[in-house]
Amino acid sequence: MTRCQVRMVVEPGSTEITKTGAWRTFVPIFDHDKCIKCSLCEIYCPESCIHQIEGNFVPDLDYCKGCSLCAHECPRGAITMILEEK
Amino acid sequence: MEDSLFAPGHRACAGCGMPTAIKLVLDAAGPNTIVASPTGCLEVTSTPFPESSWRVPWIHSLFENAAAVASGVEVALKRFKRTDTNVLVIGGDGSTFDIGFGAISGMFDRGHRITYVCYDNEAYMNTGVQRSASTPFCAKTTTTPTGKMSLGNPRPKKDMAAIAVAHGVPYVATASIAYPVDLRRKVKMSLSADGPAYIQVNAPCITGWSFGEGDAIEQSRLAVETCLLPLIEYVDGVLVGVKKVRRKRPVEDYLKTQGRYKHLFKAEGGAEVLAKIQAMADANAAKFGLLD
Repeated sequence: MTRCQVRMVVEPGSTEITKTGAWRTFVPIFDHDKCIKCSLCEIYCPESCIHQIEGNFVPDLDYCKGCSLCAHECPRGAITMILEEK
Repeated sequence: MEDSLFAPGHRACAGCGMPTAIKLVLDAAGPNTIVASPTGCLEVTSTPFPESSWRVPWIHSLFENAAAVASGVEVALKRFKRTDTNVLVIGGDGSTFDIGFGAISGMFDRGHRITYVCYDNEAYMNTGVQRSASTPFCAKTTTTPTGKMSLGNPRPKKDMAAIAVAHGVPYVATASIAYPVDLRRKVKMSLSADGPAYIQVNAPCITGWSFGEGDAIEQSRLAVETCLLPLIEYVDGVLVGVKKVRRKRPVEDYLKTQGRYKHLFKAEGGAEVLAKIQAMADANAAKFGLLD
């Protein structure tokens, strides 16, 4: 008798192999001089793809879908969305 | 920096409010957590087989039984004396208000130590914006269309928090993704409760509500500031916390930015409906003392 085996348990966090950055039309540009390091962009980002690297907040463009939520919520207007040319 | 417990690469729409809610809830709960989810946007977008966005143990069974599945998990943990592990259910409003309601009632009744988190996007968004019991009064959905004979959903939103309070649930709260500190605190409070807890998180849906890009957080904030969404907290049936609204805004500020209410500003009878919705907001403000 052959048994059909389906792996129902998958690796944690494995959606990382899917680079949703390909969905993006507009790309967020961060002005680090205007930034007051309030970390709201990092907190609100639905993709959890904004990280603080060496003090500055940087989006991971592999996953950023360009939703512009960070740009709308930035209290200093330090994030602008521009049309991305691929 | 530490990675979020909800990994990127999930398939939620760009600008969806739900992943932010999930991220904040998991953030507060920490890695020692087991999550059960019913069917819904969250299940579909976070676990496209064979991938998973979850960095905590996660289980899905059916649309209606996430609360029952979590009850089993909780009992097993108790049996093995692993009571330091948090058990969460994270489900949408469809499974919470309608389909899984019986199982939730049972979970509350049996007194399991489970936090039930409902991310509330006010309709069945995953299947294409059908009305749920959470859909607010006169909102347009595909099953409550607007036109000459109808101004959208004829029924008001079900008060699920009050139903949870009526079950004698030790901790009940409503929250919003626009107030992340408040949300995280409420999740932590719920996990220390001795028994079940219910948290309802408002999470705007960009496709179903049809608002502008990047506006999800602002929508949720407007819902709070217009008093249509009172942020409240009950401990043992007593109202202990209310998020005060500093400057109450008219409901039009919230409604006019959303496509699902567009008809109210054009159709005959729209003005009366707006007055009714404003009266609902005023009633919330008076009932919970939202204004100083």
